[in-house]
Amino acid sequence: MTPSIEVHNLAASYNRRPVLWDIDFQLPSAALIGIVGPNGSGKTTLLRNIMGLMDADSGYVKLFGKDLDQVRERVSYVPQRESVDWTFPASVREVVEMGRYKPANLLRRLKSRDRELVTLALEKVDMLEYADRQISQLSGGQQQRVFLARALAQDADLYLMDEPFVGVDAATEEAILKVLSDLKEEGKTVVIVHHDLQTAYQYFDTIVLLNTRMVAAGPKDEVFTEENLQEAYGGRLTILAKLSNLIAKSEFPVREKEFEEKEGKGDGKA
Amino acid sequence: MERPDYLDIILDPSLLVVIGGTVLLSISASLVGTFTFLQKRSLVGDAVAHAILPGVAVAFILRGEKDPLWLMAGALVSGWIAIWLMNLISTRTKLSSDTAIAAVLSIFFGIGILLITYIQGLANGNQAGLDQFLFGKAAAMRQKDLMIYGGLALLLILAVFLFFKEFSLMSFNPDFAQSVGLPLGALNFVLNSLMVLAVAVGIQAVGVVLMAALLITPSAAARSWTDSLKPMMLISALIAAFSAFSGSLLSFVAPSMPTGPWIVMGLSLVALFSLFLAPKRGMLARLLQQKQHQRKIRDENILKAIYHYQERSNAKQQWLHEEDILEVRAFKKEALTQGLKHLSRKGMVLNQADRIQLSKRGKVEAKRIVRLHRLWEMYLSQRLRLKADHIHPNAETMEHIISPEIEAQLLKELDYPDLDPHLSPIPYEHD
Repeated sequence: MTPSIEVHNLAASYNRRPVLWDIDFQLPSAALIGIVGPNGSGKTTLLRNIMGLMDADSGYVKLFGKDLDQVRERVSYVPQRESVDWTFPASVREVVEMGRYKPANLLRRLKSRDRELVTLALEKVDMLEYADRQISQLSGGQQQRVFLARALAQDADLYLMDEPFVGVDAATEEAILKVLSDLKEEGKTVVIVHHDLQTAYQYFDTIVLLNTRMVAAGPKDEVFTEENLQEAYGGRLTILAKLSNLIAKSEFPVREKEFEEKEGKGDGKA
Repeated sequence: MERPDYLDIILDPSLLVVIGGTVLLSISASLVGTFTFLQKRSLVGDAVAHAILPGVAVAFILRGEKDPLWLMAGALVSGWIAIWLMNLISTRTKLSSDTAIAAVLSIFFGIGILLITYIQGLANGNQAGLDQFLFGKAAAMRQKDLMIYGGLALLLILAVFLFFKEFSLMSFNPDFAQSVGLPLGALNFVLNSLMVLAVAVGIQAVGVVLMAALLITPSAAARSWTDSLKPMMLISALIAAFSAFSGSLLSFVAPSMPTGPWIVMGLSLVALFSLFLAPKRGMLARLLQQKQHQRKIRDENILKAIYHYQERSNAKQQWLHEEDILEVRAFKKEALTQGLKHLSRKGMVLNQADRIQLSKRGKVEAKRIVRLHRLWEMYLSQRLRLKADHIHPNAETMEHIISPEIEAQLLKELDYPDLDPHLSPIPYEHD
């Protein structure tokens, strides 16, 4: 089976500061996958790179073995709830309808099939009764469910969610988990950025443990060893951090472009 | 010459054409401006308005006359350079975006003024009337200009309708728009061009100095009246149309006045009116609500005081004087009298000469408030582990705020307690 996501030697910076160093992993399909790590460990940056919202310094990402642009309609992205202004004048239904906006629908009105999907998505997250409510009147949990419904309306095969469990009430947490297990049953893949270790173990089957570099990736029982957790959460790598600061403040490139090593003896090749 | 009659002025066909044109271009600016407003780029709009002046001036120098198409092209080019420069400065240097905006605005405007002063020294410069671009002169528009500006305005309105879906998504959540594969760069280019064009079309009527007001104020005022985008754009278009109509009419009646300030006066009046008087979001509505809450708190405190009096004296229903209530809780005499009057109108309190007692409804209500107070104290001491002597002031406020929904949750979570942390009984409705 082709992996749902293949990240190959990915390095990326945020505000010129390198936050991901040569990340390399493959993730299975039809699974609930957690990207877990402490604050500032590059989880969101990784997700944004997978979604093509940032340029990487090096490396590449393949989704279902292809480039993002070839499989866009099979991929859905749920940004952090706080990344938008919820006082924006729109109703719940209008926001969920945005899940049906895509290049093919540019300059066109939505069709009745689109509206059906929107209603179904609202029902799945228990927000149908609030469909006409203005988003400014929603609680944090309801806002998160609106974002989830918008993703469901996209009817994708791979869902990438950025911290969907942050600041939500128990009812929303339950609703999200229900949706996640339904998605998995339908053979879809869900990748979730998550910072809480305890719940991560409950929620996910596969876990990517991240702290600037990749600590471990695989089935949760293999990843959640004391040694790995100690490595991910046990403090920063001071030399790496110093070098990152140096790069952020100076004009050095993170990677030399057109880097190619000639055959023969050297550092890279044995 | 005799002063023309006002009615004749209004029915003057050339005036009707001018008014029609001004109204149309104001509507187009307000619709495009809605997205500028929602993207929180109002200041960028202002900078772009000022920055098209050099473009207009250069176009005049090259062409030698006020050819609307040349002026539009010049405006577009210099507006775009300004946007590009602002982006460049805020992404490539350590300067913040407000610095970039201020710098671009003043530099471009300065160059524009220099060029216009130069043009006025030229042979054909005097009758150019380019200074009208500063504050606008609707009456100076000729029939041919109007056709072009009006046509452009219609085109802008059409574009906003066509791209409505994409523009609203871009304004709400640009990352998501990019993630679904919408060509964000191209769409931004279109929206920015619409903004520059709207400004360029508008300067004939309003002038570069005040153009930002026409772009932003209608949306800002309309936002007070509604929470959804389509009605907001409709209201904002109406506000723009009204101000444009009254502004150009006034500038016709008083020909020595420029049009721009008059239109902006109209806009400001509507905006002020909206900010003060709009339901829910307006300042007046908020003041009224505060007043209402104060009255609710006063009334509920009186009910509670009566309940406490009965509780302390251990007596059954009895008729009380106002002084009895004051024994339990210090009220201002006036507030107490007013509150009691209000309560008896609502049927919470019964009167007999100068004495009062709670009605059945009043008792239910009083119990509810005391219950909320004591439940909240329970919650504070159990869940927040606050000491018993710290919880009373907090509960004194929260008892007025807790909704029935929260009360139900409190009851469930605390499992219907009998006594509060001070060991006073918690009264339930059917006790």
